[in-house]
Amino acid sequence: MDDANHQPIIEIRDVVKSFGSVKALKGINADIREGEFFSLLGPSGCGKTTLLRLIAGFEQTTSGTIAIAGQSMKDIPANKRPTNMVFQSYAIFPHLNVAENVGYGLVRKKISKADMTAEVEKALSMVDLAGYGQRAAHELSGGQRQRVALARALVMRPKVILLDEPLSALDKKLRDQMQQELRSLQKSLGITFILVTHDQEEALIMSDRIAVIFDGQIAQLASPEELYRRPVSRKIASFIGVMNFLEAEATGATDTHFTIRVPALGEVEIARRDAPAGLQAGQINVVGVRPEMFTIVSDGTGSFARTATGTVISTDYYGDMTYYSVALPGAADPVTISMRNTAGRSIARDGSEVTVGWGADSIVLLE
Amino acid sequence: MRAIGRFLSARWLAVYAVAYMIFLYAPVILLPLFAFNDATIVAFPLAGFTTKWFGLLWTIEALHGAVRNSAIVAISTAVISTLLGACAARAAQSYRFPLKRGIVGFIMLPLVLPEIIVAVALLVMLVQLGLSLSLWTVIAGHVLICTPFSIAILSSAFAGLDDSLEEASFDLGESRWGTFRRVTLPLIMPGVVSSLLITFTISLDEFIIAFFLTGTDVTLPVYIWSQLRFPTKLPSVMALGTILLALSVCLLIVAEWFRRRAARRQGLESSSTRGLV
Repeated sequence: MDDANHQPIIEIRDVVKSFGSVKALKGINADIREGEFFSLLGPSGCGKTTLLRLIAGFEQTTSGTIAIAGQSMKDIPANKRPTNMVFQSYAIFPHLNVAENVGYGLVRKKISKADMTAEVEKALSMVDLAGYGQRAAHELSGGQRQRVALARALVMRPKVILLDEPLSALDKKLRDQMQQELRSLQKSLGITFILVTHDQEEALIMSDRIAVIFDGQIAQLASPEELYRRPVSRKIASFIGVMNFLEAEATGATDTHFTIRVPALGEVEIARRDAPAGLQAGQINVVGVRPEMFTIVSDGTGSFARTATGTVISTDYYGDMTYYSVALPGAADPVTISMRNTAGRSIARDGSEVTVGWGADSIVLLE
Repeated sequence: MRAIGRFLSARWLAVYAVAYMIFLYAPVILLPLFAFNDATIVAFPLAGFTTKWFGLLWTIEALHGAVRNSAIVAISTAVISTLLGACAARAAQSYRFPLKRGIVGFIMLPLVLPEIIVAVALLVMLVQLGLSLSLWTVIAGHVLICTPFSIAILSSAFAGLDDSLEEASFDLGESRWGTFRRVTLPLIMPGVVSSLLITFTISLDEFIIAFFLTGTDVTLPVYIWSQLRFPTKLPSVMALGTILLALSVCLLIVAEWFRRRAARRQGLESSSTRGLV
């Protein structure tokens, strides 16, 4: 995506929201670009839903501003905003059938009955529910309700669609399918989607960018890859995927590089630009390594320049993957190593000694 | 222990249930029995079958006036107290304001106040204010005692309503009033109907307040009471009672049918009338 050409569709400035004495949001700043799939990710109670409801207009900011398409949303109620929401409960009107649900918002738009029917049919076919118009709301399955809720929002042609944990009520298989469908629908329509989720995997799969929210503040705002590869703090690193934490210290620092000594692994140079912004050498006491960034080298040292020797403590076999717990001399806790069970690869037995290969780019510096 | 329990449930519970039903409904059964009895004196043995008491009802002008008055009072009371009840139930459900519990408690108080006290107090107040007694004063009194029932029924109707439905409507561009008309009202309709029916029924057979606050226009219960002084009129009162009984049963059946239809159509079990009907 060419960022320069994209004017932010939503500008969030210093947004604070208090409920009584509880501060749900403590100063949020973010720009959401037009046409992107943006996720608000965080544990429950972190304030992500509150932020979504502020954008929708269901709540008013205590201080700070939200602008949509360059227009301040202060004093603009939800029914006048260019946003539409897909609710966690789907909020399908139980007394209306599918077509009436989808056409609900069109009734006020004063368009002809024929146009309305056509619009509803179009929206329904977008979500793969063509021909379901006359079904009663209670005859729908969970996945179908979700699609109706989405069609009901799409038919309004909003600038932004807000999704409040829309997939959390679905079973795993359906959820995976809906993730793909939502993503491809969003790409083909080019509408900005803002998704609230507590599921980091879901956020990684679907989003262009993710704002990780902890305790009412944005802890990191980055692309899925950056978030996974370069989490800025230990807290984010353990929230997104699995991360091994190893003791470390900075033994040297230049203008461009840190020299880091990791007792369990050895010494490595890491560029400052790969480290969290503003990190000082003295602050470094831990580094992170993703399980897949280690490799168990089966035949000798292989092609790895850097290796360490450890003992397999336990193995967890997942079919396609095996997760090893390996004790490395110098590391307080065993590290987790994931290996793809490719052809010809034998699975290391518990208690066997293995050579662990790693690279300089395996190491993540953390605040 | 379990054997005793089984014995109880098998036998004594059946006996108890039958006795209970007799106690409850035997007096009611007597009503149509004597209404069709061809004798002025209400006593066994029955003297023969007649419908003349029903025919007699058509000829009494004062009765027709009383029926008309009762209809006016009951319908007005049902509409007004359901409206007030809906507002109060909604306010108690979705808004936070100081002293809410106290205020709601005070609104519900007439539910347990002795009616005679309410009636006397209202009479004293109306006289102090210099207002003349009329059907309107009866309606005011009935609204006072019926509104708590409306609130109780409609509170559970509102409680069964998912907040996100109204938010979704608002989000889809509908106004507050439009949201109420297109989403809220249809969904609480079973509650509204049962509130209307219950307050109508309460008002229809209410005696004490009607007796104290009515002017020259009497309501049906007050009229019936006045007729009881004349033994010869007793069989026609029985006939009137029979008609009222049949009407009440029909009303209940209609109410229940309506509630079930609404619940089925929405595919959800409406709890709006549970516990009260």
